[in-house]
Amino acid sequence: MNYTAGIDVGSTYTKAIILSEDNQLVGRAMANTGFKLTEVSEKIYHEAVAEAGLSVNDVDYIIATGFGRHQARLSDVQVTDLTASARGATFFFPNTQTILDIGGQTMKASRLDDSAKVKSFRLNDKCAAGTGAFLEKTARYMGYSTTEIGPLVATSKEAASISGVCAVFAESEVINHLSEGMAPADIMYGAIVSLVGRAVQLMKRVRMEPEFTLIGGILRFETMVDVVRGALNAEVNVPEGDLVQYTSALGAAILGHQRLLKLNQSGATAERTSVAA
Amino acid sequence: MAYAAGVDVGSTQTKAVVINEAKEIVSRALTDTGANVILAAENAFHEALANGELREEEVEYVVGTGYGRYKVTFGNTQVTEISCHGRGAVHMFPGTRTVVDMGGQDTKAIRVSPTGEIIDFCMNDKCAAGTGRFLGAASSALDIPLDELGPTALQGERPVKISTTCTVFAESEVLSWLGKGKKIEDILLGVHQSIAARSTGLLRRVGIEEEVTFTGGVARNLAMIETLNQGMGLKVNVSEESHYMGALGAALFALDHILASRVPHQTKSGQTTKAAEAA
Repeated sequence: MNYTAGIDVGSTYTKAIILSEDNQLVGRAMANTGFKLTEVSEKIYHEAVAEAGLSVNDVDYIIATGFGRHQARLSDVQVTDLTASARGATFFFPNTQTILDIGGQTMKASRLDDSAKVKSFRLNDKCAAGTGAFLEKTARYMGYSTTEIGPLVATSKEAASISGVCAVFAESEVINHLSEGMAPADIMYGAIVSLVGRAVQLMKRVRMEPEFTLIGGILRFETMVDVVRGALNAEVNVPEGDLVQYTSALGAAILGHQRLLKLNQSGATAERTSVAA
Repeated sequence: MAYAAGVDVGSTQTKAVVINEAKEIVSRALTDTGANVILAAENAFHEALANGELREEEVEYVVGTGYGRYKVTFGNTQVTEISCHGRGAVHMFPGTRTVVDMGGQDTKAIRVSPTGEIIDFCMNDKCAAGTGRFLGAASSALDIPLDELGPTALQGERPVKISTTCTVFAESEVLSWLGKGKKIEDILLGVHQSIAARSTGLLRRVGIEEEVTFTGGVARNLAMIETLNQGMGLKVNVSEESHYMGALGAALFALDHILASRVPHQTKSGQTTKAAEAA
C-alpha cells in the first residue's frame, strides 16, 4: 500500500494528512505554526505518521502547501494553496465551482473549471480586516479566546454594526459598543457579518457560481457558515468537523498520489529511491 | 487677565492646554483617554487648571478638539483637530507650510497657509497602517516600552525591510524577524522606516512644502524624527510642545472667541447697518 503526506503550513496553524492510495485518511495532526516553520512542519508530519500507525519509511511522497511551504524542507515538492485547496474541496464535493478559503491571515476566493483546476482567484493577505485575524482581534478586545468565538456568537440575537474597515480601528468600535451596554455576543456576531461581507465581495470578483465550498479554520464556526449561506442566498458545502481545516493538506496528499502514479508509470521511482539512498 | 483653554481628546491620550491673552502657555495636562471619554476630558482640564493654579471661572472660553471633541461637555465649542494642529504648528513655527501629525491611531498630512488656515489635508481614515499603532504593535511584540522604541531603533545599523502593510500582521512579522535572529535594534529601525515611508507618501498627496512641522505624540520619538527627515530629505520642526499642538491650537481658537466678544458694538452696529441696507 502506498501512502502520501500533505502538509499545509498556514499562517496560523500547520496541518498534516496521511492518505492511503485507496483514499483513506489514515492520520492527521495540527499545531500552531509559530515562527520555526521547518521544525513545526517536521513535528506535525511525524505526529500524523504516528497517528496512522506507520513509520516514515511507509510514506512515499510528501507535498507541502500553504504560505510556509518552502520552509517544509522534508517535502518532495511544493504546490500553492490554491491548487491544493481545489483538489481537497473537489474530493469532498466533486461539483464545487467556487471555493472560499478563510484562514488566520488570508482570505481566498477561487473559481474552478470542470477539471477542478483553478480558473481565476482573488486573495487578501494585506489587510487583517478581511481575515480570521479580524475575529481573533475582536474576541481578544473583549477578553475572549478564539476557541470561545463559536459558543459566544451562538447566543447572539442581533448583530451589532461593525464597519470592519480595519482590525485596529475595530477596537474603538468594540469599546464604544461595550460602553453603550451592547452584549459581546452581538458584537462578535457583527464582526462575523462584516467579515462575510468582505468574503462575498472577493467571491463576486471571481464571478462565483454554485456549488460553493467553504474551507479554512474560520469556517469551523457554524455561525460563520450560516452567515455566508444567508449572504449568498444559496446552499454551501462545508467539509465535516475539523476536516474544514485540513482540506488543503488533504488536497496536497491527493496530488501526492497523482504524482506517485506518474512516477511509477515512467519508472522513475526506482531512480528516485536510488538517489535518496 | 483672561484665559482660554483647549482640550484635545485623542484616541489614546487627552491633552489640555491653558493660554493667557499673550498666547503663552500657562499650564498643560495629559491623561489617558480610556473608555470614559467625558471623564478623561474633565480630568485633563481640571488637572491643567490645578497645574496653573487657576480657577475654572478664570477660563473664559474652552474649545474641544480631537476625535472625542463632542465629549468635552463643558466646552463652549468644537473645532476639528486638523484646524487645531495647523493653527498650533504655525503659532510655534511661523514658517510652517506642511504639518505631519502622528497620533495613536491616525496620521494626518496638512497643508497650511501662512496664517494657519487649512489648504488641504489627507489622513489614513480607513487603515491603521503607518500610524502610532504600528509602534504599539512592535512594542507589545518585542515587550519594549513605547518610549524606549526610538532610542533603541537609533542604535540600529542594518534595518530590516518590513513588508507587511497591516498593523496586525506587522506584529507577527516583527516576531518572525526576531526568530530569524535579527537584532532588535535593526528590526525597530526597520519599523520606524516603514512608518516614515507611509507618512511621506501621505504628505506627498497634499504636497510637501517647507517648512514641515511634526506634531502629535509620536513626535517625541527621536528615531521617528530621524527617519522622517531621511524619508523626505529635509529637517522637520519639532517643538517641546508637539504633543500638545492640537490642544494649543484649540486654545488659540478659544482666545479668538474671547477677543472677538470684546468688541460687540462694532460687530453689532456693522450688522445693523448691513441689515438696514438689506431692508
